[in-house]
Amino acid sequence: MRQSQKTSISWRTITDSRLFLPLVVLFLILLFDFIFIPGFFRIENRDGNLYGSVIDILRNGSTVSLLAIGMTLVIATAGVDLSVGAVMAISASVAGILMNPSALRNEVFFVTDPYYTFQPLWVVILVPLIVATICGLWNGALVAYMRIQPMVATLILMSAGRGIAQLITNGLRVQITYRPFAYIGQGWVILPFSLYIVAFVLLITWLLTRKTAIGMFIESVGINSRSSFFSGISERKIKMLAYTFCGFCAGIAGLVVCSNVKTSDSNTIGLYNELDAILAVVIGGTSMSGGRFSLLASVVGALVMQAVTQSMYAIGVPAFALTAIKAVVVIIVILLFSEQVRGVIRGLGKRQKEV
Amino acid sequence: MSEANNYILTMEGISKSFPGVQALENVDFTLKRGEVHCLVGENGAGKSTLIKVLTGVNQPEVGKIILDSREIHTRSPQHAQELGISTVYQEINLCTNLTVAENVLIGREPHKFGRIDWANMNEEAAEILKRLLDVDIDVTKPLSTYTVAIQQMVAIARALDITSAKILILDEPTSSLDANETQQLFNVMRKLREDGVGIIFITHFISQVYEISDRITVLRNGKLVGTFETASLPRVELIAKMIGRSLTDLDEMASIKLESSKHIKTDALLKAKGFGRVNSIKPFDLELHAGEVVGLAGLLGSGRTETAGILFGTEKPDSGSIEINGETVTDHTPLGAIKRGIALCPEDRKAEGIVDDLTVRENIVLAMQANRGWFNHLSMQEQYEIADKFIEMLSIATPSPDQPVKNLSGGNQQKVILARWLATNPQVLILDEPTRGIDVGTKAEIQKLVLELADEGKACVFISSELEEVLRTSHRIAVLREREKVAEFSGEVDEHTIMHTIAGSEQ
Repeated sequence: MRQSQKTSISWRTITDSRLFLPLVVLFLILLFDFIFIPGFFRIENRDGNLYGSVIDILRNGSTVSLLAIGMTLVIATAGVDLSVGAVMAISASVAGILMNPSALRNEVFFVTDPYYTFQPLWVVILVPLIVATICGLWNGALVAYMRIQPMVATLILMSAGRGIAQLITNGLRVQITYRPFAYIGQGWVILPFSLYIVAFVLLITWLLTRKTAIGMFIESVGINSRSSFFSGISERKIKMLAYTFCGFCAGIAGLVVCSNVKTSDSNTIGLYNELDAILAVVIGGTSMSGGRFSLLASVVGALVMQAVTQSMYAIGVPAFALTAIKAVVVIIVILLFSEQVRGVIRGLGKRQKEV
Repeated sequence: MSEANNYILTMEGISKSFPGVQALENVDFTLKRGEVHCLVGENGAGKSTLIKVLTGVNQPEVGKIILDSREIHTRSPQHAQELGISTVYQEINLCTNLTVAENVLIGREPHKFGRIDWANMNEEAAEILKRLLDVDIDVTKPLSTYTVAIQQMVAIARALDITSAKILILDEPTSSLDANETQQLFNVMRKLREDGVGIIFITHFISQVYEISDRITVLRNGKLVGTFETASLPRVELIAKMIGRSLTDLDEMASIKLESSKHIKTDALLKAKGFGRVNSIKPFDLELHAGEVVGLAGLLGSGRTETAGILFGTEKPDSGSIEINGETVTDHTPLGAIKRGIALCPEDRKAEGIVDDLTVRENIVLAMQANRGWFNHLSMQEQYEIADKFIEMLSIATPSPDQPVKNLSGGNQQKVILARWLATNPQVLILDEPTRGIDVGTKAEIQKLVLELADEGKACVFISSELEEVLRTSHRIAVLREREKVAEFSGEVDEHTIMHTIAGSEQ
């Protein structure tokens, strides 16, 4: 009866999909690896767990993936959150101090028992997430109720956040030795445990946005907040939700990182990760001016960033040159998103039909 | 014509179109030395396009501009300025943190030994203000310490002094001035007129047109209605010319209206008492009954849109109260209004109506979903059912409900907005300029629909700048003038009475 419900898969519907470009870019990078790096796709099976370069991309990309999920919602409301890196540091500091409070007594205390912890595991996980969510709430209040520009509002916590993290740990680096906590970032259940966390957060966020009206409201507010207000959408609450959720995601990312590096170092955890997350969302095709978004495309965007890093290391590009190479990739992807280039790609499909 | 060289400016047969709109069609315009010439017309009449063509912002497709018996082609506002055409815009673009002298002479400061000669500069600025405008103020104070009227005058002085201006264009300069300040500005205009400057004055206030102008040019829908001597054109005729009257067959509408008027309920559905907001709309009383269409008539800026906004809750009232079904409203928000069964199709379709990247389906269900909240989600199937229902009911021309609404024509976008509100099943439907920028056929469709909706028992508020349209659809008409509800008419009213009321003149 209705044409629109028949999903005919044409070249046009594929190229118009938000997932198309990031997937193509990811494929091209992997193709490069396949040709130039022998054994890149080799996967080892150690005691039922899988290891290899491709697995590493997924595992190391999990932090930015988590950030990108939250960031996608914020950017879709035509905002941006620069503070996620700092919020990660806060979350890690809180977790660190809850397991090893020796820093508070201004002493570095080496724990020898791998099962020693100051607070039980559920407190160690829950409290940092609550603190991170409060950070997001603060950003949301500044943007939605104080009407401060998102970049300025989140810049406040971006610069203050690391200071707060230092205050929490009394300026010291906290060693994390509690073994069950280490499982979050280092554990393996066939695949790395952090991948399950990403998948779970992605699923929850997808359900939250696409199986309720929240996704449509976020897009509506991002495209035209005045029209949304006239339609009875509480634009402030929607923004509040997006920033709060973004803080929550940053909190999880902070736990994953500090568990992986076994230290709560508020100076380095999450440093520049906000920029990676923003780039991942942009590669995923969400416009910085807000509107339509795809969570999965953002995660693929995060993996693109990680795949570039991993490949460059593998072919021996020194770490200090890495950012320049990343920049080149980002420029190419963003050029691919311009309407002109998209038109050319669509044209390719048409020509094929004619032949 | 011996008067020919009396004209400082002649524009002949100017045409200009933008994608989808004929903004100007074969418009003639003349300006004499030493006259104040008012340019009037409702929104979209083509006033600003004509000014933009003259000042070089837009290039005309056809037509020529003759300045001082020489044909000119203005390329940019700077170029127009060099030729002696100065413009002062509605929003003052000066630096309020700098002194008056700096603002007058910015970019042209007198120098001495490579540095700005402050003493000389202040003297010069004071002299310019005195000579050109007969204004005597302390030029060393920051501009922000003066009233908007003085700031306006500084802008004029600056515009006039850069070149020896032959033409001064004032684009709605009085919209933010109070009565006193307006008089100050008029004094300046009279002085400039004596000095032989041709002034083009754009305003929405009819009383000001009659106070200051020598001649009036009326535009409507991009066409020239005519140029008239102010002294020989009664106010009422001016309004008639601005609003326009086309002779269409009214029979069908009249019969529907007569039929539907029988079903009007006597109990008030909505009752506003002393409802108002400072600087927006003066306190007014208004009652709406089920089955009735109430028209709001008045010129642009008379407070029509503000009335709609305050009833719906996009603007917060600061006086009076409003009752719906006998219950007093306490939360004045759009969501609250939707919950109480009020709907508003806003005037500015692009900025306040459509969400252009969302699909037709999403745009239609938006307000309904907002009413249901975040979690009580309409399933895809329900959304398609609702969208399909309204696409068919309003015959919205779209290839599919999944089309982004920005790809639709203006008329169809308007229908999508209408569908959004009908989907919320409102008791009170406020339509602010629902037929603006829409072709004639769709206009008639929407007018008919409004009467049909009233017949189904809804109370409608119909706002339009076309008086004929208001008359045709409304059972009762409230007239607004200068942000105040001045009268209410029910039953048979003739156009003249309403026009006299709008104009504020005696019959």
